Amino acid sequence: MEELLNTVLLGLLVITGLAIVRMRSLLAVAMLTSIYSLFSALLFMVWDAVDVALTEAAIGAGISTILMLSTIALTADAEKTPRHRPLLPLIVVLATGAALIYGTLDMPHHGDPRAPIHRHVAPTYLHDSPDEIGVPNVVTSVLASYRGYDTLGEVTVIFTAGVGVLVLLGGRRRQRNRGAKP
Amino acid sequence: MKTPLVLRVIAKLFFPLILVFALYIQFHGEYGPGGGFQAGVIFATGFILYAMAFDLDQAQRVIPPSLLKILMSLGVLLYAGVGFEGIVLGGKFLEYRVLADDPVQGQHLGIMLIELGVGLTVAAVIIAIYYGFVGRQRQ
Repeated sequence: MEELLNTVLLGLLVITGLAIVRMRSLLAVAMLTSIYSLFSALLFMVWDAVDVALTEAAIGAGISTILMLSTIALTADAEKTPRHRPLLPLIVVLATGAALIYGTLDMPHHGDPRAPIHRHVAPTYLHDSPDEIGVPNVVTSVLASYRGYDTLGEVTVIFTAGVGVLVLLGGRRRQRNRGAKP
Repeated sequence: MKTPLVLRVIAKLFFPLILVFALYIQFHGEYGPGGGFQAGVIFATGFILYAMAFDLDQAQRVIPPSLLKILMSLGVLLYAGVGFEGIVLGGKFLEYRVLADDPVQGQHLGIMLIELGVGLTVAAVIIAIYYGFVGRQRQ
């Protein structure tokens, strides 16, 4: 059953990806990337990564689509037809793709319990978390407690991103409003 | 430009549900999937839906941009503050065990507070980015 779901969802991802490449209307591309994120979220659900699925559905399918659409409203809604031949980019992409696939050959299989990533600190977290933290969702205890530094860094990154956008987009409008008011 | 009636009614219907769901994700993250990050995003989505269906000015009357700046720094400060509180109480930076008498209770308290900080910052930043983009379109 899981095998079938994986195949169907990954196939749909490939189809959506190809459709995105062929589209020229940026509005349609924005909607298709949203659909792509929804399929990824479903895939994460199948793989039992519910926290990641929730994030993907909220960020990938929700917020980034809204931001894409707002950007399209600010700029143009159709992609320019490229003037150069797509041959060289195609070769570069194929070579990179082949190199990446070659790189995955040495990697452990998906979900392999003997993979190094599952044998490093994960067993300690899974074993100690119920007694040490007492939180049923181990993802939360890893993110918030064991890896608290990382999450603090992430929040700071989001804060910095917000400040950056405010500096770029927010400042001028306010000045104009202030100038307009007597 | 006025949004169609159906959209406005549905948006009004969904707005409180989205906010309650966000709060559920926020404070239930220890037991189920989710946490501050996802909750902040969902909370922001609720406001973005409101601003899209009605008017940016009406949404900005509820959450003015100046409040967003305070909220997004407050979240980071709350997170870092919990970390320093651990030092003050004799532990290490971001060590929650010392926050309460019982180590497990301390962990719960610390996780809840930092998740709240994450949620505040994420929600405020996303609403601020949306305000920035949409405010730009009207010029």
